[in-house]
Amino acid sequence: MALPEMKYPLSREQLLDLYYYMKLTRELDEQLVRLFRQNKVVGGLYSSIGQEASAVGTAYSLEPDDWIAPMIRNVGGLLVKGFRPRDILMQYMARSGSPTGGKDGTSHFGDIKKRHVVSPISMLGDLIPVMTGVAMGGRYLGQKLVTMTWIGDGGTSTGAFHEGMNLAASQHAPFVCVVENNQWAYSTPVSRQVPLKNLADRARAYGIPSFIMDGNDVVAVYQTTRQAVDMARRGEGPVLVESKTMRMKGHAQHDPAAYVPPEMFAYWKARDPIHRYEAWLTEHEVWDKKTQAEIAARIERELKEDLEFAESSPLPKPEVAEQGVYCEGCHTIEAHWERPQAEVQPPKSSVEAAWTVTDYGGLNGDAKPTAVAPTTAATPEAAPTNGAGAPAAAETAKSRSAGQRAAKAKHPARAASQPKGRG
Amino acid sequence: MAPVTMVEAIREALDEEMQRDPTVVLIGEDIGVYGGAFKATEGLLAKYGWERVIDTPISETGLIGAAIGMSYQGLRPVAEMQFIDFIACGFNQMVNFAAKSHYRWGGPVPLVVRGPCGGGVHGGPFHSQNPEMWFVHAPGLKVIYPSTAYDAKGLLKSAIRDNNPVVCLEHKFLYRRVKEELPSEEYTVPLGKLAVRRPGRDLTIATYGAMALNSLEAAEELAKEGIEAEVLDLRTLMPLDRQGIIDSVRKTNKLLVVHEDVRSGGIAGEIAATVNEQAFEDLDGPILRVTSLDTPVPFAPPLEERFLPQVADITRAARELARY
Repeated sequence: MALPEMKYPLSREQLLDLYYYMKLTRELDEQLVRLFRQNKVVGGLYSSIGQEASAVGTAYSLEPDDWIAPMIRNVGGLLVKGFRPRDILMQYMARSGSPTGGKDGTSHFGDIKKRHVVSPISMLGDLIPVMTGVAMGGRYLGQKLVTMTWIGDGGTSTGAFHEGMNLAASQHAPFVCVVENNQWAYSTPVSRQVPLKNLADRARAYGIPSFIMDGNDVVAVYQTTRQAVDMARRGEGPVLVESKTMRMKGHAQHDPAAYVPPEMFAYWKARDPIHRYEAWLTEHEVWDKKTQAEIAARIERELKEDLEFAESSPLPKPEVAEQGVYCEGCHTIEAHWERPQAEVQPPKSSVEAAWTVTDYGGLNGDAKPTAVAPTTAATPEAAPTNGAGAPAAAETAKSRSAGQRAAKAKHPARAASQPKGRG
Repeated sequence: MAPVTMVEAIREALDEEMQRDPTVVLIGEDIGVYGGAFKATEGLLAKYGWERVIDTPISETGLIGAAIGMSYQGLRPVAEMQFIDFIACGFNQMVNFAAKSHYRWGGPVPLVVRGPCGGGVHGGPFHSQNPEMWFVHAPGLKVIYPSTAYDAKGLLKSAIRDNNPVVCLEHKFLYRRVKEELPSEEYTVPLGKLAVRRPGRDLTIATYGAMALNSLEAAEELAKEGIEAEVLDLRTLMPLDRQGIIDSVRKTNKLLVVHEDVRSGGIAGEIAATVNEQAFEDLDGPILRVTSLDTPVPFAPPLEERFLPQVADITRAARELARY
C-alpha cells in the first residue's frame, strides 16, 4: 500500500529515522534494566517503555536549533537531539564520562551551546516557565525558534505548570507544551489528578490552542506536533498538545505497578507504539525484512559499543564533588543575535510608557473607549511575534480544540496587556 | 553632583548596564508602565521598550523561571520581586533550578533577583522579612546586601555581570534615607569583599544592611565612652569575606555580630563558627550577637521596635564585650 497523504510529508528516510530512534529508546531501556539487575545502575531507573512514539515524534518535529527540556521518560527526545546511548548509560551508572560528570543521574543533563537542551529538575512544572523564558529570550534575540517541553498528567496539577502556561500565553511565547497523559502519576490514576477527560482542555483557561493526539502512533504524533510547532514559530503563541499514551512499567524499577488493572496493561500492550509502527511500515511498504534487520543490527552494534564505552568510564574522583558550584569564567555567556542590536537600544527602543486599553471590561463587553492611549508603534498586535511579522492565516485542523477559537478572538486580557510594537 | 538615594543608585545601575549591554533585560510585576512599587525601574520602559522591561502576571515562579530560561539564551535578566518576601513563591526556581544548574550540568545562570527587604517601615509579617539565609544555605547562589547608595549601585552592576544567580537584597528603609554623591565615572564594587566602615581597636562589629547604620551610630556613642569599635559592613553574605572578618578579629580580639535577620540560623552563627575555627587563639572574649527575635516580623510599631535590634542593644552588648 502506498503511503497515506500527510500534511507534513515524511520521506522514507525520515520514516525509518523515526523507527530507529523509537527502537533505540526501547533497546536502551531494556539494556538499562539488565544493568540495574547487575547492580550497575546507581539509584532509580525510570522506564520510557510505551512512550517512545510520544517522545520521538514530538522532538522530531523541531528544527535542529530549537530547544527542548526532556522529562524523565523522554530519552527518545534526547536521542533525536543528538545525545547518544552512552550518555544515558553513563548518567545512570554515575560515571565520570557522563554529561554531568557524575553530579546528577537519569535524563538530568543538557547542553546549552550545541544541542539546545535544558536539563530538567525533579520538581515537576518548573520547566514550563523556564522554557517559556528560553522562548522569550530567543525571540528577543531575533531567532525564529520554538521551545518544547513535556509534562505528565500529574505534573499539570502543579502551580508552576499553571504559572508557566499563563505566562507563556500572556507573553505569546513560541513554546509548545506536550502533556504526556500516561494515565498514572506514580500510583495515582489521572482521574484523581484532574477532573477532566482531556487534559488538552486546560488550554482553554489560558486562551491558547490545543491538540489531542494518539501518543502511540508516531506518525500522528509527528503530524500533530509539527502543526503546533509551526503555529508557535509563526508567532501564534504557545500551543498545548495532549498525547494519550500509557506508562507500561511502574514509576521506577522498584515499583511493580500492582495498582494498574492487568486489563489496562493488556489494552495498551495491544497498542504498543513500536509494534504498531512496524506493522505500519510493512503495510505501507516503507521497508522490507532486510531493512528491518539492518536497523536492528545497527542498534545492537551501537548499543554494544556504547555499553563498552560507558563501562570503561570510571566513577568520578571524590574531589570533583567540590568543584563547579559557581561559574568562575569556565563558561562564556554568549547571546546569538539574529537582529540588529540597535533595535533594542535607545533611541530605537524607546516607547511611550502607557497601556493601550481597548475594553473597559464591563459585563457585556460593549463599552469601548472612544479614545485610546496614543500609540507610537506600528500595531499593537505586532510586538512579540517571533520577529516574523503578522501571524499567517489560521490553520483549519479538525483536531483542534475550542481553545483555538478562543485564542483567535481578540479577548480583552490579551489586548490590554499586549505591548506595543518594537518601535 | 547632587546626592543620590539608594533607590536612585539602583536605577542608575540598571540603566547603565542596560545601556552598556543589550543582553540585560528586566522582568517583574508592575515594573514597566508603573515603574515598580518603589519606582526602582521608573523611566526604563520608556527608554528601553517593552521587550527589555517586561511586566508579567502575578507569578513569581513564572517570572523567575522565565528569567532563568532567558539566561540560558545568553541574556542577563534582572528579576524584581515587588517585596523580597514574595521570593518564597518562586523558591523552587531559586534553590533547585538556578542554584544547582551550573554544578549539575554546566548550565550557568547569569541572573539577578532583586527586591526590597527589611523592617522598620511597619510592613508587617509579609513585607518586612530578611530572607538572606534561605539563599546563603543554597550552594550555587550568591547573596548581596548593600547598606549605602554607592555599594547598591556598584554591587548590583557586579551582580549583573556575574555568571551566577545573585540574590540582591535592598533594604527598603534605606531606599530613600541614605544618600550620597556618586562618582561620575564608571565603577563597580566586587562581590565577596567587606568594607571597613569605621576603624577601631577595641572590638569588631560585623554587620550589614540597615544594621550597618545602627552599628555606626552605636560606635559613635561607644567612642564617647572610650570604646573604639571597628565596624565591618559585610556587603556580600555569600561568598562571605571570611578572611576580612578574621583579619579584623586578629586586631581587636573581640567580635560582636549584628543582624536584622532572626536569631536562630542567622549568619552570626556561621561567622562565630568560622572565627572559632580559624582565630580562636586571638579571641579575648565570647562572640556575641545582637539580632532580631525568633518571631515573624510583627506589625504594630511597639512590637516591631521590640523585634528589631536597636542602637541601645548594640551599645549594651559592646560594653559587655569590652569588659573582657
